[in-house]
Amino acid sequence: MNSVKERLLNGLIKENPTFVLMLGMCPTLAVTTSAINGLGMGLTTMVVLALSNTFISLLRNIIPGKVRIPAFIVVIASFVTMVELLLEGFIPTLYDALGIYIPLIVVNCIILGRAESFASKNPVLVSLFDGIGMGLGFSFALTCIGAVRELIGAGTLFGISILPDSYIPCTIFIMAPGAFFVLAALTAIQNKVKIAGEKKGKDMSKIQSGCGNDCLNCSDTACTKRFYDEKAQNPESKKINGEEDETNA
Amino acid sequence: MSGLMKVSSNPHIRSKSSTSSIMLAVVIALLPAAGFGIYNFGTDALILILVTVLSTVLTEYIFEKILGKKTTIGDYSAIVTGMLLAMNLPPSAPWWIGMIGGIFAILVVKMLFGGLGQNFMNPALGARCFLLISFTSIMTNFECDAYTGATPLANLKNGEHVDVLNMVIGRTAGTIGETSMIAIVIGACFLILLGVIDLRIPGSYIVSFVIFISIFGGRGFDFAYISAHLAGGGLMLGAFFMATDYVTRPITIKGQYVYGVLLGVLTGIFRIFGASAEGVSYAIILGNLLVPLIEKATLPKAFGKGGAKA
Repeated sequence: MNSVKERLLNGLIKENPTFVLMLGMCPTLAVTTSAINGLGMGLTTMVVLALSNTFISLLRNIIPGKVRIPAFIVVIASFVTMVELLLEGFIPTLYDALGIYIPLIVVNCIILGRAESFASKNPVLVSLFDGIGMGLGFSFALTCIGAVRELIGAGTLFGISILPDSYIPCTIFIMAPGAFFVLAALTAIQNKVKIAGEKKGKDMSKIQSGCGNDCLNCSDTACTKRFYDEKAQNPESKKINGEEDETNA
Repeated sequence: MSGLMKVSSNPHIRSKSSTSSIMLAVVIALLPAAGFGIYNFGTDALILILVTVLSTVLTEYIFEKILGKKTTIGDYSAIVTGMLLAMNLPPSAPWWIGMIGGIFAILVVKMLFGGLGQNFMNPALGARCFLLISFTSIMTNFECDAYTGATPLANLKNGEHVDVLNMVIGRTAGTIGETSMIAIVIGACFLILLGVIDLRIPGSYIVSFVIFISIFGGRGFDFAYISAHLAGGGLMLGAFFMATDYVTRPITIKGQYVYGVLLGVLTGIFRIFGASAEGVSYAIILGNLLVPLIEKATLPKAFGKGGAKA
């Protein structure tokens, strides 16, 4: 159960796909014109992510390594098609608002990234919760960005008028440049919190920044979160392999 | 050893001009246009200019205080930005437009990229385009106490008659600082005489614009039409005060001509084929973005490199 909780927190905060990993920028910038759109996109992605992680994890021993990417994409595309048809049938307003970005979930790098770096190497339950955690993190980030943009750009929040009528909306925030402003500001605030925490001596390693998940080429030797490196889960083999790597180099 | 024998690295000749003296010259050169704007549009324009300048200077000061950096408001560059931005605002705009624009110009366009010399885009124009996109109805409403109706450029685009003489003097609707061609040219002459700016960019900008208008304007080389285009809108203000911004123009001499021609063509495209009547702001910030490429393409050969192979 511990690993389940860890996975959820990892996706939400530590490796938040949007604010920390900077993945899936295309939907992040494009659909967050309002809080509800951001939430809708986030939850849709979460469903696909959780399902695809589960199934890729189930199939991880069957899929041959050489064709794993096409295989992953087939699995992901199947779920995206299902979700797309469900959305079109049951929530047509959201379907219209998200438009082309629903089919584009197939190529969302968060989903393929989690399949490649996590689900294909880990058991089913952990993979499922990794998908849910990442999806929640993505939803949270998109809702935050959407809420700020909607509030400044239209004076509403989830469609409800918040600011007084005398407020003149700053339209640029619900247009493309506004997405960049808000994303940059929110990421900056997160980094600021992290740096301020480090100065006070708190352990901020739980909130990473800029981790590319590429443990093999990572120079951060102090990093204890070598999660995707299979060797890291087995300390002894890691040691041996590590020495081998050094001699090879 | 005499002073003549002193060995030192370059630069060997130092000019007395500094950032603050150049910026002060620009402030002085902007005064005729600002003064005419206040005369033309009344105290609203004065209040807007003051609010905008105050907000740019205060933003820079507060930002540097919070970050514990050296205060640079003494170089007058924030005042130049504030004045240029105010020149680009319609006189009917409420005071908070100037304030938001000033904060955006300094905070987002200038300071976040590292302050004066690091900004990739003219802060005043960046802020103007930000305001234009955000508050379109306010920023394109040129009706005020003195004038009702559209700007001469909008009339020109609609094929209506415009009074070129009034446009040259500046007795028309428009933004605070752009209406009077005479006042702008007086300021520009002052800058050229001081050697702060030269005619490379404004000259190539205006000449290429005139050629473009003659070809694509639909009226051939019609003197009245072309002079109306030259006197109308922000062309003069843009060509002399904003395209020549030291930070955002190309350094190479060849590049400056390329830049000027690019701005002329872009302005022509926006004015003739674009949806709105005016296009100087967008042309210049688009040009600003291309400056690194222009500089790369026009980099002069180092002495001894290139040439005929032996």
